[in-house]
Amino acid sequence: MSTPGSAATQLIALAAGALLVTSVLLVWRRDLSAQVRLLTLQGVSLAVLAATIGLSGPGSARAELLLVALLVLLLRAWLLPWVLGRRLRAGVAAGDAAREDGARLNPTASLVLVALLTTVAYLVSRPISEGVAADGVGISGPAAFAVPVGVAMVLIGFLLLVGRSRAMSQLIGFLVLDNGIATVAFLTAAGVPFAVELGVSSDVLLVVLILAVLSRRIHAQVGSTALDSMTELKG
Amino acid sequence: MTAILLLPPLAALLIGAGAASPASALFTRLSGVLTSAVLLAGGLALLAHRGPTPTLGGDLLRADPLSALMLAIVGAVGLTATWAGAAPRPGPDERRPATRAERRYAALVALFLGAMAIAVTTDNLGVLWVAVEATTIATAFLVGHRGGPRSLEAAWKYVVLGSVGIAIALLGTVLLYAASRSAGEATLSWTRLVSGELPLDHGLVRVAVGLAVLGFATKAGLAPMHSWLPDAHSQAPAPVSGLMSGVLLAVAFYAVLRIRSIADVVLGPGLVRGLLLAAGLGSLTVAAALILRQRDHKRMLAYSSIEHMGVLAIGAAVGGPVALAAVLLHLIGHGLAKASLFVVAGRMLAAEGTTTIAEVRGLLARRPDLAVPLVVGMTALLGFPPFALFFSEVAIVLAGWRAGLGWAMALTVALLLAVVAGLVRATAAMVLGPAHDDPPGDGGAATAAARAAGRPAEGHGSDRGPTTPLVLALGVTAVIGFVAFPVGPVLARAAAVLGLA
Repeated sequence: MSTPGSAATQLIALAAGALLVTSVLLVWRRDLSAQVRLLTLQGVSLAVLAATIGLSGPGSARAELLLVALLVLLLRAWLLPWVLGRRLRAGVAAGDAAREDGARLNPTASLVLVALLTTVAYLVSRPISEGVAADGVGISGPAAFAVPVGVAMVLIGFLLLVGRSRAMSQLIGFLVLDNGIATVAFLTAAGVPFAVELGVSSDVLLVVLILAVLSRRIHAQVGSTALDSMTELKG
Repeated sequence: MTAILLLPPLAALLIGAGAASPASALFTRLSGVLTSAVLLAGGLALLAHRGPTPTLGGDLLRADPLSALMLAIVGAVGLTATWAGAAPRPGPDERRPATRAERRYAALVALFLGAMAIAVTTDNLGVLWVAVEATTIATAFLVGHRGGPRSLEAAWKYVVLGSVGIAIALLGTVLLYAASRSAGEATLSWTRLVSGELPLDHGLVRVAVGLAVLGFATKAGLAPMHSWLPDAHSQAPAPVSGLMSGVLLAVAFYAVLRIRSIADVVLGPGLVRGLLLAAGLGSLTVAAALILRQRDHKRMLAYSSIEHMGVLAIGAAVGGPVALAAVLLHLIGHGLAKASLFVVAGRMLAAEGTTTIAEVRGLLARRPDLAVPLVVGMTALLGFPPFALFFSEVAIVLAGWRAGLGWAMALTVALLLAVVAGLVRATAAMVLGPAHDDPPGDGGAATAAARAAGRPAEGHGSDRGPTTPLVLALGVTAVIGFVAFPVGPVLARAAAVLGLA
């Protein structure tokens, strides 16, 4: 359906590239409000990806995928960054740090690690890309070639989750992980059914809201959102 | 019959909404019991149903014998936890409307039960995922209900680790969908995926199944992704701990069982058997090591849940009709016993003001109403006859032996014995001893002061409550292993759903 060199393929490659670049920049930047802006950009790229796959696909699924793309745009490019930004501003106003200062890795080491993770992603995605592209009964994956980008985003999300100590950074790591899964879903299967997508989106939104509330309470109770200081529960 | 499918989630939603409104304090107080009763009734009705499997809305809701059994288990364990954990009836002079925290608590418990009902009665793996994630959302504030830094730490870990684990399962689910799409029929319907009619790509399914099992195993508290579990289960209010330990783990494990069947049909048993065996033995090892040096009795119960999840994983790894039926019996026995024990642990915390094992002494002499259910529940949990867990554990080990997993079964038995030693030692230390014993340490002094003042420590609910649900739950655990009819056929039919590979 998408021959190499066609406009659709180029647009998919462009969106996938933007997704990967924003993820890498998220690892590099320490300023939390810059991270939230990058997350917005990532949401827009994801919506472009979904819309492109929808427009280049068969007509029957077009309307549904465009609807999904709109949902992605609303949720990941507007609502979630808005929630994070609001929480961040309120936190900074209450004396919380505006920068990730407790990272376990320095920027250079984490960028090297990202390069490594991306390579790993290309290696482990081979069965996925091949399985999807294998032309079983005439329907191949829409853009199987870009699957490693999604897997790399999942791995980078993990890196952010384990490598950062601020509550807000962990939240951002979780969202990168989730964007990665959505990317894999669009690239391998043109997204999950709409009902499921709706459920997944509302779950993600609720988790982010809950974590935002919890981080506010942690800040109020513990006086800091550096999660390294939370080590009371052991054994 | 299809109406019964819709009843549990709908009832949970309506009761949850009713509990959240300040109209009736009594309704708010009893909402959890009511929801559980509806779930149990729905499950039993579906179990009694013969004929074609009821379905609703394509693949959205579907109740085969396994779903019906799981719904009944969720209802029964929910009834135990919510009934025994219900706040005592207020006296006529202290009637007051439910506080905001009480209403929120009641509504979240109802939604939690509803989400579990959807998870076990759906045929669509995507909906199953959404429902399991919804349980995390509903329980997040229940874990942090008591407030305080420790509660918040537990809640944060629980939500982050739970959501990340479940996100891995979503990746697996998405790849299964991609595999079915490449095979010509884009579907997430479990029945279609296990039908064996779709030419699914093996490499893709292997990755997908591995990720899905890993993700749902995180939520089921299997090692090595168990670290959130002791924190969340020990910090949550007692009835919620009972629900999370007794059925939420079981629901997550149910998802693992469903994924396992897909792998069985498409790839053969090898991959998932290896994964589950490793996770099971790992969980048993972790649980045995930490139970032996545990100082907190609520955390001890949480580690015991990890142990039982390990036994279940080993049973599922063995496979076959005997082991799978034993796994389901184990789910029933563990759910009822663990829910009762967590409620008792909550009352002990309220009575003694501490969860430290060393500070609780002479419970049998001072508080027989707490000590007797504790000892009976522990006996059930340890797998002594006549309780159901005895039969299920023996059946799993024997089936494993016959399946050629002798070394794993020997290791299992050795680890189970270590767990028994740890639990018996701790329970004996708390239950036995003279009534008046000066507990050592500062915490002991505070406890003694609270006890001398004749009132339980504040903020941990009541130290008394209905005994009937505990008697019922432990009684059922004691006799269910002997009741060949109707329990035997029910278990056999439910196990048959999973395939006899």
